[in-house]
Amino acid sequence: MLTSFIQLQWKSFFRSASLSSNLIIKILMGFFALYMMVSFAILGTSIYFLLEQELGLEPLETVNRFMIYYLAMDLLARYMLQKMPVVNIRPLLYLPFKKSKIVHFSLWKTILSFFNIIHAFVLVPFTVVLLIKGYDALAVIAWFLAISALIFCNNFINIFINAINWVFFIVIGSLIILGALQYYQVFDISLWTGPIFHSLYKTPITALIPVLLLIGFYQIAFHYFKSNLYLDSGLATKQKDGKTEQLQWVNRFGSVGVFLKNDIKLIKRNKRSKTNTLISFLFVFYGLLFFTGALEMYEGPFWRMFAAIFVTGGFLFSFGQFVPSWDSSYYPLMMSQNIRYRDYLNSKWWLMVMATLVSLVMASFYLYFGWEVYLAVVVGACYNIGVNSYMVLWGGAYVKTPIDLTSNKKAFGDSQAFNAKTLLLTIPKLVIPMLLYALGYYTIGPIYGYGLVLLVAVLGFAFKEKVFDIILKVYKAEKYKTLAAYKQKN
Amino acid sequence: MIQVNSLTKKYKEVAVLNIDSLEIPSGEICGLVGNNGAGKTTFFSLLLDLIKASTGHIINNQVQVDMSEDWKPFTSAFIDESFLIGYLTPEEYFYFIGELRGLNQQDVDLFLQNFEDFFHGEILQGKKYLRDLSKGNQKKVGIVASFIGEPKVIILDEPFANLDPSTQIRLKKLIGTYKDNPEVTLLISSHDLAHVTEVCQRIVVLNKGQIVKDIQTSERTLRDLEGFFSEEILNETLVD
Repeated sequence: MLTSFIQLQWKSFFRSASLSSNLIIKILMGFFALYMMVSFAILGTSIYFLLEQELGLEPLETVNRFMIYYLAMDLLARYMLQKMPVVNIRPLLYLPFKKSKIVHFSLWKTILSFFNIIHAFVLVPFTVVLLIKGYDALAVIAWFLAISALIFCNNFINIFINAINWVFFIVIGSLIILGALQYYQVFDISLWTGPIFHSLYKTPITALIPVLLLIGFYQIAFHYFKSNLYLDSGLATKQKDGKTEQLQWVNRFGSVGVFLKNDIKLIKRNKRSKTNTLISFLFVFYGLLFFTGALEMYEGPFWRMFAAIFVTGGFLFSFGQFVPSWDSSYYPLMMSQNIRYRDYLNSKWWLMVMATLVSLVMASFYLYFGWEVYLAVVVGACYNIGVNSYMVLWGGAYVKTPIDLTSNKKAFGDSQAFNAKTLLLTIPKLVIPMLLYALGYYTIGPIYGYGLVLLVAVLGFAFKEKVFDIILKVYKAEKYKTLAAYKQKN
Repeated sequence: MIQVNSLTKKYKEVAVLNIDSLEIPSGEICGLVGNNGAGKTTFFSLLLDLIKASTGHIINNQVQVDMSEDWKPFTSAFIDESFLIGYLTPEEYFYFIGELRGLNQQDVDLFLQNFEDFFHGEILQGKKYLRDLSKGNQKKVGIVASFIGEPKVIILDEPFANLDPSTQIRLKKLIGTYKDNPEVTLLISSHDLAHVTEVCQRIVVLNKGQIVKDIQTSERTLRDLEGFFSEEILNETLVD
């Protein structure tokens, strides 16, 4: 029976519509995974020596202190990236499979995920190093098992919290607060949790607790899914009450307003776009890494512009790159109704401009780091409006990934969003403003760097209609291909 | 109104549609009949410029559909659920289509009053988004939306499928009101020979992408069509 499940999975992977067309992307993803594995393995082997020799710390104790952050980051990464174990369950219900078997299979499938395996690449080498260095073998192995169990616990916790958005924001919020408190040495949670993790090593018998916890989680997950394996409970898609909204204020945008209204509803009412939008505003804080001097490698004029573009460009990049894919499920309607392409694109453009301006206001706290920093942000915003807004729309024409609005997964790292053309288009998006800034910075003076970038932005803004003509041509040329691609659903 | 000239559509050298010439005059209600794979939906997709013809072209009211977009203001269609916007409520969807066709909300509300019995109290003022409606109710919304804004050409792909019996009768009545309207051309495909002969003034039968019958509806059309399709089965059994 298990083999037939596995066969089904195999076929669904190799026969999916995206596979044949995007094999290169899959290979690239494979390389990325390999890269992650190698870097995790290097981290695992070297961290002991790094901590002991470079920093003069007791390695295991230090690792245990930061374990809480490691686990929290893991949970976050899972929440955003790990796909849920939806084996195509519905059709299996009518077949002669035992329900418990279906549930066991879908749970085990999550265990074999990349997100669990990757940790072995850091944990195993580290454990081996500990053993070689003469730590108590039994205790080290107990510690290893306990931490592994905790990582698998994360796996199941993720399954539970996946349906609930606010959990995610609580986790990310507390992580930021605790991290900041620790950085500014107000309160250090790791001093409290460190000893707890360390006791797994000191008294190996306590390692049983995480293992039992894992078994408990598995049982809960198993019973939860088994008792909900009905079309009208667990497998039913949740419905929210709909409410007709007028959004009168949008009407002042004229013909563009018709679409703008839809786009606002699109963002508000669909899981995928909602998450995407909320996350994109986190980019506002991205600049903190650069402007606070937190990371040495990011100092220098190049990076200043780089950060400035991202601070206000989060929404622009994450939403814009999927125009028109957001409308993929009803693209035939858009293509046959009485719609002018220009209005349609214009509304997306306005949406991005509005979001950029909102981010700019949100980013006003950068004034705290000096007016020059905020000036960089303002110039970045201008470039985003004047140039990048077109670039993402342009690139979007080549992204032919249908988007399932109702599902949250793949909101990040949608492999198909990367293709040669969209990669090429990142050059004008990021590299050109960086070069322009550096050019001005090194030849005439820092302020002129901003001036050059601003000049290009204003030029872009002035030639909006001309640029739109070009983009329209691209959209029209790609129309049939796009329609055909959206028809294939994965 | 609609002129088809040596239109073919090929997928990898296999012709799925091959219509040498077809003319549908203004005001006609034309039914398109054929088995699965006969090319009905392909024809509609070509008419709406959703796919590219391999050769030939379609002219919709003097506009060649793959050259200009000027056919869009007077043409409307409901092909499948990809013509619905799942995250809107039915009202919002109607308003959206209305706005695209130059109607304000009051106009749309007025228009919708005619369809209250068609909706059977299940669609308007409900608390559901289109994606959460049943297939049948989604279809009702799509069909009604295609009548908004007095289009000159209305294209409906399998409008009777998935509808409950009383709605089928109401839909036939609705289509019937266009019978004597010389302005509005309707194109309807269906698998239900009885319905389609009842409402259409002309029936075009497609088989493997070709027009095999083109008849003005009369008393005996239904019998003819049933005869045609059962003959096919007879032939098949003979070949076997």
